[in-house]
Amino acid sequence: MIWQFDTLLLVLLIVAAVISLRIKDLLAASVVFGIYSFLMCLLWAVMAAVDVAFTEAAVGAGVSTLFMIATVYQTTRRSSD
Amino acid sequence: MPTPFQILLHNFNYVCYVVLLMIGLHAMITKRNLIKKLIGMSVFSTAIILFYVSIGVNNGGDMLAGHDGRPVGNIPVLEHGIGHDAITHPETIDPRRYANPLPHVLMLTAIVVGVATLGVALAITQRVFQDYGTLEEDEILAQLNNPQENDD
Repeated sequence: MIWQFDTLLLVLLIVAAVISLRIKDLLAASVVFGIYSFLMCLLWAVMAAVDVAFTEAAVGAGVSTLFMIATVYQTTRRSSD
Repeated sequence: MPTPFQILLHNFNYVCYVVLLMIGLHAMITKRNLIKKLIGMSVFSTAIILFYVSIGVNNGGDMLAGHDGRPVGNIPVLEHGIGHDAITHPETIDPRRYANPLPHVLMLTAIVVGVATLGVALAITQRVFQDYGTLEEDEILAQLNNPQENDD
C-alpha cells in the first residue's frame, strides 16, 4: 500500500462525503455520492481487496446511484438542507 | 513515549474512518431531507466496511519486509503454477505473503446487504412522497400532527 496514494484517497473521500451531504440539489448529491463510491472502490483496490473493489464498483457505485437518481426523478430535486 | 498527536498521525487511516463515521451519523441525525438521511446511512456503513477491510491489509510487518526478495501484501489469489502444488503440497503457500481474505469475504456480504437496505428505504421514500408530497421530515410530521390538512 502506497501511503501517499492512500492519504490522498482518504482526504478526497471525506471531501466527497461532505459535499454530497451539504449540496442542496438532490440530483447533484446523488452524483457526488457516486463519485464517493468510486473513490472507495479505488481505495479497496489499493488495499489488495479487488473482489470488494469490483463489487463496490458494480453494486455500490452503479446500482445505488441509479436507485437514488430514479428516486429523485420520481419525487423532487429540492432539499432544504 | 509518543505524544497523542504522533499516535493520531501514525494511525491517520483510522482517524479518517472515524471522521467518516461521524459525518454519516451527524447526517442521519440532523438532516431533515429523507434522501440526505439515506446518503448519511450509506456513508456510515461504508466507513465500517472500510475499517474491516483495512484490518486485512498485509504490509509485510517488520520481519517479512524483504524476507526473500518476494513482494508481500499481495492480492489473495494463487499465482500461476502454484495452484496444482497447493493440493499436494499445501505448505508451499506462505499466507504471510498475501492480504487476509477473510474480512474481504465478510464485507462483500455487507456491501450487498447495504445496497438492498438502501433500495428498500428509497422505495419507502417514494411511497412517503406520494402520500405527503414532500421529502422534508418536519413537514411530514406537521401533516401527521394536523390530520385535517392531509385531505388526500
